[in-house]
Amino acid sequence: MAVHTANAPAAETAVKKESKLASLARFREMGLLAFIILLAVGVQIRNPSFLTVENVVDMATNTAILSILAVGMMLVLVTRGIDLSIGATLALSGMLVAQIVSANSSFSPLLAVLTGIGIGIICGLVIGGLVSWIGVLPIIATLAMMNIYRGFTYMVSDGKWISSYQMPESFVGIATSSVFGINTLILIALFIYASAYYFISHTRTGRQIYAVGSNPESAKITGISEKKILMLVYTLMGGLSGLCGVLWVSKFASAQGDTASGYELSVIAACILGGVSIAGGSGKLGGVILGAVLIGILNNALPLMNVSPFWQKGIEGTIILVAVLLNVAVKRGVERNHLLRRRI
Amino acid sequence: MKKYWALVLSLVLVFSVLSACSQGSPGGNASNGSDGDSQSKNDGPKKYAFIFKNTGNPYGEKMMEGFEEAINEIGGEAILRAPDQPTAEGQIQIIEQLITQQVDSIVIAGNDPDALQPALTKAMNAGIEVISVDSAVNADSRVTHVNQADPEAIGRIQIEAVSEMIGGKGQIAVLSATSQATNQNLWIEYMQKELEKPEYKDIELVKVAYGDDLRDKSVSETEALLKTYPDLKAIIAPTTVGIAAAGKVLTDKGLGGKIALTGLGLPSEMASYIESGVSPWMYLWNPIDVGYAAGSTAAALVNGDMEGKVGDTFKAGRLGEKEVVEDGDGTQVMLGEPFKFDKENIGEWKDVY
Repeated sequence: MAVHTANAPAAETAVKKESKLASLARFREMGLLAFIILLAVGVQIRNPSFLTVENVVDMATNTAILSILAVGMMLVLVTRGIDLSIGATLALSGMLVAQIVSANSSFSPLLAVLTGIGIGIICGLVIGGLVSWIGVLPIIATLAMMNIYRGFTYMVSDGKWISSYQMPESFVGIATSSVFGINTLILIALFIYASAYYFISHTRTGRQIYAVGSNPESAKITGISEKKILMLVYTLMGGLSGLCGVLWVSKFASAQGDTASGYELSVIAACILGGVSIAGGSGKLGGVILGAVLIGILNNALPLMNVSPFWQKGIEGTIILVAVLLNVAVKRGVERNHLLRRRI
Repeated sequence: MKKYWALVLSLVLVFSVLSACSQGSPGGNASNGSDGDSQSKNDGPKKYAFIFKNTGNPYGEKMMEGFEEAINEIGGEAILRAPDQPTAEGQIQIIEQLITQQVDSIVIAGNDPDALQPALTKAMNAGIEVISVDSAVNADSRVTHVNQADPEAIGRIQIEAVSEMIGGKGQIAVLSATSQATNQNLWIEYMQKELEKPEYKDIELVKVAYGDDLRDKSVSETEALLKTYPDLKAIIAPTTVGIAAAGKVLTDKGLGGKIALTGLGLPSEMASYIESGVSPWMYLWNPIDVGYAAGSTAAALVNGDMEGKVGDTFKAGRLGEKEVVEDGDGTQVMLGEPFKFDKENIGEWKDVY
């Protein structure tokens, strides 16, 4: 496109007029970022303790799990799917790992994390198999598995909770420890972003996920195995949910049967806020992380702003709606700019 | 021949639809229906149903255990049910099923004081004794209520405890469950009433926060309390998820000993925080006894030993004699003061529930 504009000197001035806005808004999720900054300033005026180091660290720690899940959910949404079972997978992995460490206090934390990921991967493989090989609609397959995994969690726990006194220090330490002064949860989240970025933009398989999502027929013609890709995204999602299950239980030092029930909706909301299309094919990592950050800010800021609990949910919904509308408006502007430039 | 069968089948269908309709209408029809079946109902042991708020709640499990114990003692059949999610809709479905099963009594821990009224009224019209326990439903949709502890006593004891912990002076906050929880709101009301007394004039209740009984939200709310009120001296959390989440936050931030924590919580969830001193002590009634009392009350009503009116007395098994007292528009049976859990006794209780 840059070549085109260079070849058309007559239109140079017109392009320059657009370019200011265009360069600012080349980053499609600009609207969302602007909104987050505005919101942060607003909250800061209301409660000065909002932008303190302590609160920002708390917020990042509390949002880490959500953002890790949102990365996986983005991949699922990109393939035109959806995964409603992640809250249940998270609870199941958390409960099983909590039972293992409570029975065996010398179990190493690293091994606990790997076990959790393993349990999640198995859960994800089942869903991936249902969706890709049997061809069940993702929403139906994951809805069914959500109930099955949740029921299984109640079954293995016998309705009982695993409490903090039953967990060894080392296990609870996964979420409270820090490396170089940064909380482990935040570090794990950063590591997931980095690997996801590399996977999505720099590997063949990563690009194939987008190809399958934006046009399954042509993807098939070019020789991409849709089944393999679907299997992969649901397995990845399961693995991430399993990881988050361990992190969740370690962070709150308690495993319940109803852990994170309904959490999948927050995760999907974060993705949609971040500009991932439910219709598949598009979604950017940066946007998804911003979406998770916005949800994290809302969870942290609304209690700080001293709003009545009766209003909290309504305000949360309104802010999400406004953010989405703003983001869509900015996106449209950007796309119009692209079209204008194309004409030249 | 085929036509004949089709006719018969469609007639059967029409009648079954009609009879289903008549079951839905309150009054005469429904009670006639149950009269017709009362013969078979009296044959087996009496059926006592218990509906808790949601599945997988250890507190509810213990309550059901106590309920079952009381029912087994009198030789009845206990039916234990709970919806997956703590919603009124889930409970209404279960009530409908129990009406169809023609149980003799339903004991329910309500997820909503008013939303269950139509379903519970229907059950009462069908001759079922309805008793609420733990979280009350409104007086019109129950015969009586079994109150785990005197709400006035709970409010008073919490304030007495917090006052002792902070030396009678400073800011305190309450971390509750949802803003709609009937029992929580009543306890908080009594706490506020207690705080009006002159001996607590130096204690200021700065905020009532709602953690919705969710781990993540309770943690966020606790963190917000600490930041918004830097001079906070104590947190009262009369809910088990809330008090454990607050205990975890205070532990992680190293504020144990600086900010006192008390409230109502499960001993197992709170054991590590009570042992470490983050929460010097806390309270809870014995859920097994609550379930047991509910079972005995149901049995007394079904057997006609009492009618659930103010002044009625009945024998509640091992709990001794209980009296029905007034509760707003309705009546209730009270269990007594909550039980104190501290460093001394938490070790033996943490494995119980």
